Amino acid sequence: MGSIEANGKTYETDEEGYLADLNSWDKDVAEVMAKIDDCELTDNHWEVINFLREYYEEYQIAPAVRVLTKAIGKKLGKDKGNSKYLYELFPYGPAKQACKYAGLPKPTGCV
Amino acid sequence: MSDAKKFMYINRKAPYGTIYAWESLEVVLIGAAFEQDVSLAFMDDGVYQLTKGQDTSGIGMKNFSPTYSALGDYEVSKIYVEKESLEERGLTLDDLQHLVWEDEDEDYAEKDSIRLVSRAELADVLAGQDVLFNF
Repeated sequence: MGSIEANGKTYETDEEGYLADLNSWDKDVAEVMAKIDDCELTDNHWEVINFLREYYEEYQIAPAVRVLTKAIGKKLGKDKGNSKYLYELFPYGPAKQACKYAGLPKPTGCV
Repeated sequence: MSDAKKFMYINRKAPYGTIYAWESLEVVLIGAAFEQDVSLAFMDDGVYQLTKGQDTSGIGMKNFSPTYSALGDYEVSKIYVEKESLEERGLTLDDLQHLVWEDEDEDYAEKDSIRLVSRAELADVLAGQDVLFNF
């Protein structure tokens, strides 16, 4: 177990840095998590993060990267629904890294 | 994909009380990444896993039933439900979630994933598989 400080609040995380409690998530902690990875969150990042939170809300799982790519393509257009675009935004792996910032558990089937 | 094997996951237990139903679903989602030909079968108390309107607030477990709707995204489009098991429990297809998948070859047309089959028909389907997983 670890923890992250953002805006005077403490957020508990697991050993890989994912939030322990999905409900404790807010934008501040996402920004701080990104900063730790040297990543600045742009609107394009938020689009994917918000998409993941909605996906989790509906299906109770974080999607595998293949499923994420396809679903993003359907919702945001083909120019965004491809690995190149998503890996440029999230170089540590779109599903893993974006799920972390979104406060979700590590995606099912993510190795 | 000529070397894809036919994987069948057989679900026989009620959704809560044991970990089998959730474990099975997780294995299916993980396995779907390996591009095999995946089917699911629900029989005996396993048919309860697909029922609508599950509420787990009284038992302190996560209600994972919404996750079955994601199976279509994982290209799992063959979900066999045994007719006799439904009937023995006073259930019909209307008591189950409406699960669909999108056919990319037909402009993402939504198609039903659930196939209602008799015990004898399901036996034939099982006989045609390469690998069976029992949960």
